[in-house]
Amino acid sequence: MSHIENLSRRGFLKSVGVSGGVLVVGTAIPSMSFAYSESGTAGNVEHQLSVFVSIAEDGIVTLVNHRSEMGQGIRTSIPQIIAEELNANWDYINVVQAKADRKYGSQGTAGSGSIRRFFIHVRQLGAVVRDMLEQAAANIWQVNKSEVSAINHFVVHNKTGQKIAFGELAKHAAKLEIPAPENVKLKSINDFSLIGTDVKQVDLPTIIAGKMIYSHDVQLPDMLIASIERPPVVGGKVKSFDATAAKKVKGVVDVIQLKERSLPAGVFPKSGIAVVATNTWAAIEGRKKLKVVWVNGENQVHNSESYRDNLKKLVNKKGINVNNLGDVYQHDYDQSRTVEATYSVPYLHHAPMETPAATAVIKDGGCIIWAGSQNPQWGKGLVLEELGLSREQADKVEFNVVTMGGAFGRKSKGDYILEAVELAKVTSKPVKVIWSREDDIQHGFYHSVSANYCKAELTNDNSADNWIQRVALPPIGWLFNTDSKSPSDDDLSVGFADTPFKFNQMSMEKHEVSSHIRPGWMRSVSCINNSFALGSFVDELANKAKITTQQMWLNLLAEDRLVDPNSDTFKYTNYGVSLTEHPLDTARMKNVINLLADKANIDEKVSANEGWGISFFRSFNSYMAAATKVSVKNKKVTILEMHTAVDCGIVITPDRVKSQMEGAMTFGLAIALMGEITVKDGKIEQGNFHNYLIPRINQVPNMFVHIVKSNHAPGGIGEPGVPAIAPSIVNAIFHACGTRIRDLPVSKVLSI
Amino acid sequence: MIQLNVNKKNVTIDAEPEMPLLYALRDFLNLTGTKFGCGAGLCGACTVHMDGEAVRSCLMPLSAAVGKNITTIEGLSEKSDHPVQEAWLAHKVPQCGYCQSGQMMSAAALLATNAAPSDDEIDIHMQGNICRCGTYKRIKLAIKEAGKNIVREA
Ligand code: FES
Ligand code: FES
Repeated sequence: MSHIENLSRRGFLKSVGVSGGVLVVGTAIPSMSFAYSESGTAGNVEHQLSVFVSIAEDGIVTLVNHRSEMGQGIRTSIPQIIAEELNANWDYINVVQAKADRKYGSQGTAGSGSIRRFFIHVRQLGAVVRDMLEQAAANIWQVNKSEVSAINHFVVHNKTGQKIAFGELAKHAAKLEIPAPENVKLKSINDFSLIGTDVKQVDLPTIIAGKMIYSHDVQLPDMLIASIERPPVVGGKVKSFDATAAKKVKGVVDVIQLKERSLPAGVFPKSGIAVVATNTWAAIEGRKKLKVVWVNGENQVHNSESYRDNLKKLVNKKGINVNNLGDVYQHDYDQSRTVEATYSVPYLHHAPMETPAATAVIKDGGCIIWAGSQNPQWGKGLVLEELGLSREQADKVEFNVVTMGGAFGRKSKGDYILEAVELAKVTSKPVKVIWSREDDIQHGFYHSVSANYCKAELTNDNSADNWIQRVALPPIGWLFNTDSKSPSDDDLSVGFADTPFKFNQMSMEKHEVSSHIRPGWMRSVSCINNSFALGSFVDELANKAKITTQQMWLNLLAEDRLVDPNSDTFKYTNYGVSLTEHPLDTARMKNVINLLADKANIDEKVSANEGWGISFFRSFNSYMAAATKVSVKNKKVTILEMHTAVDCGIVITPDRVKSQMEGAMTFGLAIALMGEITVKDGKIEQGNFHNYLIPRINQVPNMFVHIVKSNHAPGGIGEPGVPAIAPSIVNAIFHACGTRIRDLPVSKVLSI
Repeated sequence: MIQLNVNKKNVTIDAEPEMPLLYALRDFLNLTGTKFGCGAGLCGACTVHMDGEAVRSCLMPLSAAVGKNITTIEGLSEKSDHPVQEAWLAHKVPQCGYCQSGQMMSAAALLATNAAPSDDEIDIHMQGNICRCGTYKRIKLAIKEAGKNIVREA
């Protein structure tokens, strides 16, 4: 049940810079554990107010948004939901970004959860405010509330057509009791007029003018800029350093050794040596002149090439049982009808266009921060700890959430924020820490290198059974606990142990491994390797059975049903939501696959050297199928066309669903064709865009997005578009030229 | 002291002649619309115009910018209404937006000499501008539309 409060008399929104609100209503959005393993690390955030609606006398409706913007358009979509229930006019909506504050509840923007988890609550808030405005008008006209309705920013008396503007009603509504949210009727989905339409995108004009302020753009009087040399190996330390030459660079103010940190790495800074200067160039130049000797520590043993080979060997052996049915090991496999394959994906890096940056200034024993962050609350908690403050002193830290120039999971971590705080403390000045591209690529939190193994035997009706699936990868849990050696159930609930296929016998297994570099959540996380393996394997099965890949998917998914993957040994977490609201629905899976095949026309006759590949993946409660057409000539692959069909339930802002899918296709293309972080002697070998490749405009084909019309609860959008892309590409390559690529990226085998 | 002409204004900056233009624009002139993406000429986020030509400001020493007319995104138009900006708005090109100043500056420079570029010409000219969010499809559409509008207005 939602808790909604009337805050009109409390001057509540002053702290976020909203004034003039006559009617101010706020609601709590319940905290939830993160879809993938952030639970317990982000801290449990209690139910506190998180979204606010404020109506001023001039009718301007200000919505305070508690979610972080990073290009997904959430600053538009959440207000759009509120405005829908409010029956407001979008032209009078003004959106303000919330600061990090526990009173805003969970602000973590990860796990594609902003809309997925809060849809009903956000609607109730809008509906409650609408109800209050209607009640206020009814009181003025001395009629029953049932005789009036809110229409387009006015409340109208149905019989007489008299109307009063929202702005005028606000002060009357402010005096009313808040109705119980469960007594307020939500609009019927069929009556939606704003949801499902492309309203004006909130931030676009600012971006187009070059005026959007990102973390790198924060400027304060007297501010110093810091550039930090960090230990190249995780767990490494400074042995000695010489700052003489660095200090001679004009503009350099000081050279500061950051405090040592130890493992577990958490999301803390890596420590190192900071050069602080009066301008960015001086900090960069000064840093070039630093001489640092490191103690690398035990992780210098890490070499990603041999490590990856080892993962592949490991998954060819029986592992630890995660979820099983029957006993596949008693089964006598018919080799002529059995497919067995090992797939691997390298370490990958987010590389958001804007590298990490944060500004901090110490004030009255607390501090003020400006930073882009996907999880400002977690960051704030870390800052409190860093400053030796308790949770009760949370008011001493003011966290201004700045728009992010891309994030993809990287900016959930607070390391760069703590660096700024540490340096602000030492220098007693405002400090902006800026990361170079080399810093970003070499000191990240990487998508884990992985190996997945699949084995299955075809059945007589061209499906498959006696399915074995294994995974080995350094788990994200290692960040917080160095004893962590394998993925948790939560980590395995992402298209691994939660198979929607119908088997009589199956065995899902994992292996234990050691970890050596910092792992992290990257856009769709382990769905990347699970989908790459599964999507490729289904294509391989289809090839063995001599049927289409589409047909093999349909056969494996079998009849329409809701799947419950829970068992005695496996607890399915379903991206943090209930199976009742978000079931694993095979009918929706098949529907989206069929829609894709139809729209992309994958059965067309193609020229020699050309081929279509498809794949499907459900993640973050959304269903996504992808089709890619490629040509392979003289060992060079060209991507010709890409399609995505998506069923994400109710769509709030269709254009932003499309743009997220376009972005996901490009992100997936990067993973398939070119993405690879390698490690030698514990050090990341890549440094900038010349050796960590990101697709360029000429490598990205025409793209099409097909959205399934649906009244199901909304699923995620930021991440689900990614997983099915890479397998669709390698499958297309196979169909074009017969080369089966099981180890990414494709560029190891073919030129791109 | 270095004299520059930025967005039609003469300005004086107290900086070393080898400092790249990018940092001077951002730190000294508070023109933060021009972005840092790689610092190595690899991504195009820092693209500005020098005498109408698209250049990477992260590699352009101030000494080489003296005597040239420099235009940044803030000076591309008076009211953010350059045909490129309008087309970007119409196609809702940006996601996070971080790369887009550079994209628009590159696109504007292309269209200034070729208002009807082919797909290949767009590919070649825009190859130096990375968009990690993946807005390329819309960039292409927007460039074509902006080109048409430029022809119409001319
Ligand atoms: S910052 Fe200049 S090209 Fe990347
Ligand atoms: S819009 Fe985000 S990098 Fe291009």
